[in-house]
Amino acid sequence: MAKWMSVAQVKEKIEESSAEEVTAQYLEAIGKSKINGYVTVSEKALEQAKKIDAEGHDGPLAGVPIAIKDNISVVGLPNSCGSKILESYIPPFNAHVIEKLLAAGAVILGKTNMDEFAMGSSTETSYFGPTANPWDLERVPGGSSGGSAAVVAAGEAPFALGSDTGGSVRCPAAFCGVVGLKPTYGAVSRYGVVAYANSLEQVGPLANNVADIAVLMDVIAGYDRRDSTSIDSKTEYQKALVEDVKGLKIGVPKEFFGEGIHPDVEKAVWNAIHKYEDLGVSWEEVSMPHIKYALASYYIIAMSEASSNLARFDGTRYGYRASGENWHAMVSKTRAEGFGAEVKRRILLGTYALSAGYHDKYYLKALKVRTLVKQDFDRALSKVDVLMAPTMPNPAFKIGEKIEDPLTLYLSDVNTCPINLAGVPSISVPCGFTDGLPIGLQIMGKPFDEPAVLRAAYTFEQNTDYHTKRPPEVA
Amino acid sequence: MVYENPDGVRIGLEIHIQLNKLKTKMFCGCSTDYHNSAPNTHTCPICLGLPGTLPVLNKKAVEAAIKVGLALEGKIAEETQFHRKNYFYPDLPKGFQITQYDFPIVSNGKVVIEGEDGEHTVGITRAHMEEDPGKLVHIGSIEKSKGVLIDYNRSGVPLIETVTEPDMRSPKEARRFLDKFRNILEYLDVFDGNLEGAMRVDANVSVHWGTRVEVKNISSHKGVERALLYEIMRQKNVIRRGGKILQETRHYDEGRGVTLSMRTKEEAEDYRYFREPDLMPMRITDWIPAIKETLPELPDAKRARFIEQYGITDMHAKSLTSKIMLADFYEDVCAKGVDPKIAATWTADVFLGELNYRDLEISSYDGKKIGFIHAKDPRIKNSINVSDMVELVNLFAESKISDRAAVEVIRTMLDTAEEKTPSQIIEEKGLFKAEDDLVTKAIAETIAENEAAVKDYLGGTEKSLNFLVGQVMKKTKGTADAKTTRELIIKELKG
Ligand SMILES: [Zn+2]
Repeated sequence: MAKWMSVAQVKEKIEESSAEEVTAQYLEAIGKSKINGYVTVSEKALEQAKKIDAEGHDGPLAGVPIAIKDNISVVGLPNSCGSKILESYIPPFNAHVIEKLLAAGAVILGKTNMDEFAMGSSTETSYFGPTANPWDLERVPGGSSGGSAAVVAAGEAPFALGSDTGGSVRCPAAFCGVVGLKPTYGAVSRYGVVAYANSLEQVGPLANNVADIAVLMDVIAGYDRRDSTSIDSKTEYQKALVEDVKGLKIGVPKEFFGEGIHPDVEKAVWNAIHKYEDLGVSWEEVSMPHIKYALASYYIIAMSEASSNLARFDGTRYGYRASGENWHAMVSKTRAEGFGAEVKRRILLGTYALSAGYHDKYYLKALKVRTLVKQDFDRALSKVDVLMAPTMPNPAFKIGEKIEDPLTLYLSDVNTCPINLAGVPSISVPCGFTDGLPIGLQIMGKPFDEPAVLRAAYTFEQNTDYHTKRPPEVA
Repeated sequence: MVYENPDGVRIGLEIHIQLNKLKTKMFCGCSTDYHNSAPNTHTCPICLGLPGTLPVLNKKAVEAAIKVGLALEGKIAEETQFHRKNYFYPDLPKGFQITQYDFPIVSNGKVVIEGEDGEHTVGITRAHMEEDPGKLVHIGSIEKSKGVLIDYNRSGVPLIETVTEPDMRSPKEARRFLDKFRNILEYLDVFDGNLEGAMRVDANVSVHWGTRVEVKNISSHKGVERALLYEIMRQKNVIRRGGKILQETRHYDEGRGVTLSMRTKEEAEDYRYFREPDLMPMRITDWIPAIKETLPELPDAKRARFIEQYGITDMHAKSLTSKIMLADFYEDVCAKGVDPKIAATWTADVFLGELNYRDLEISSYDGKKIGFIHAKDPRIKNSINVSDMVELVNLFAESKISDRAAVEVIRTMLDTAEEKTPSQIIEEKGLFKAEDDLVTKAIAETIAENEAAVKDYLGGTEKSLNFLVGQVMKKTKGTADAKTTRELIIKELKG
């Protein structure tokens, strides 16, 4: 069996052999893993596959294995969110996306490593240790969905689910040389996904190719009454897989090519844009003047929401609990011992930004900036269909290189977080390499216009071979 | 006469009421009917705040809040907007409470009460929706508790917090406001004030137009008068001794009837309010006309109609409409063709008076029987039927029983669990006032109808007397006393 397979190939393989055999081979690959991509491997995966073999299943993913980020609730599996405080927490209910996957016949391989509570861009803040980048085991896979991207890149799952609050799907997709989509806000239900910053995040798929992203979106997207921000867009994602970009208008926002961008990244992205020219479409430069304030706005909003979201982890009902002479002492100790440094930093900063006397100065101002950033996207996307830019300004950095310097680490979200402020869809596809490390092209679109984004990405992929390259170290 | 308010008292209230007539909680599908259930059995991942859960707004709760707003003659917001109020407490499963902040669903309402000097208007600043936290249960007394248990059955029950202007000028006005407010809510059928924890009150109190002190934890509308009387006395004495009233929050200790300092303004909590990102604003302007259609007749309108329709006094109309269940009961009694004025006296004065004397509160009415329950001991409960009240009023109207007997019948019905009609009680207790008249009438008839027997008796046939007594017994259906009847017949015939 080939180590890297598309969903179509996996399905063929299941036809030839069995779901059990396919799952067993992925479990074997996971067993030999060098990357620490999984936090929990499901004991039930084989059983699930056997059941599908025995009973048959007519779902679109019958017997197809998948990896799930460890902040998406799956009954019976710990939902640790990369944190000590939830190490022992097993949810009694499935996330909406998990219900959809199980109904489609997918087999859940396990839960993947992540930055603690999705707070990070390197998967180094996980309580369970960092995940290695399959392209260079000394480097980070990006984050926060680093485990999900790395296991797909390493052939330990055909595809995976991540979540994207400020770039958490696209950053690791770019660093690991896979495809990752952040859907339009409201396209995928967040029910059962542990919140970091509710107003910004979406569940997103990671895969080896654009077609598999569309397959997964057709399964997980759609209206869910349990998520009040869910919207029924009735989008048919696989129908957007058209190898033709004629008539598509591309915008290139110069603000995404700012100071500090790696020259090879810049070159690879321009090569990609020129590739579209070869395919018969032209591009124009667009201006998005408020993008430079997006990062600050993003961090204030995300941290503010996080400070409130994480208040429930107090040791009273579930999860880690320290002992203390009274309830308040117990809560303080539980949180002091249960959360890692980055989570505490963000809770403190978020609490500060919402406090009386600072609320208007920081939180309200950040909301105003968010509106301006949204208007930038509205304006730019009124003239063009998609925007193209580098996903990450740099390739994957070394494990430990930036972890002591949070501000530099925060800066790596500069090109991904504006998309979350605006709520628009954005995909990262492989578009080149620098010193053997993958580079990602980011394609952004109008709200619920995933079809335009997928069409552009699919056409690029069909005319390039970056997505077929595999990391030699784990081959 | 104008009320002088000699101590310059100003009272404002903050009242939390549970929308406990709704079937489900504010943001999940759990039932609100938890009062007789084991702890933590009315919970789900959402109201336990498990990670990954999201709130979904219960539209029925919004409708109920709009109803309340309209009944308070307030302005209804164009759309709903919710905020998070962040604080740590074990009864708060998410570490924040979903509530409304700068855009409450209701603003600028009013309630007219019977004030110190006639009708008095209390302004409603705002009324907003929020979720109830869980409940802490101390093992043993609060001071010596060995531990705390948490029951999340209450968590997520829809609440409305109503804030009044500081328009009340005495504890009595505060209590009257609460009575009227509760009455209106029960008319709207959104609230049952008899359930434990249904209404919780905080008060702002100042004297001599001075600094406001907040008094928290007044658990019942009955406790409010006592708490406020204490707090006003305390403030007046502080000033008399040359002290200063601090802006602070005080806790009402119901057992001792005193208020105790909790925290001063400098220690005030910062709740870091921000918009709840998991709930989208819901436009509700379009809902208002349909909800207006469903508004019932409210207490003041009903009171005016009762005076007009039944010809009863304002006092009677006021007390009969002081509770929707009592008003409905009265109207159903009247519908059976009884004299409405007599029915009003026996319902408003006697029945209600006897309930109050026993500390019983009306708790249910199903169109046939009105139920009541002891204010402090829910095990004590009873009911009386519409048909019983109808029978009683008719017996009284027909002069068959005296007022004293009628009162006795009502007391018996309140105090005995067995279902007995007024006639049964009257019979058992021998309460027929009209017994003599009935027997006299029956004797006269018997003598007139049985000339032969009378002649025989007067002629010396003693047996004939027995026959005449038997006839009287027949006519009175056995209610007459045989020995007395015999004596009366002898007296009638022989002088
Ligand atoms: Zn619930």
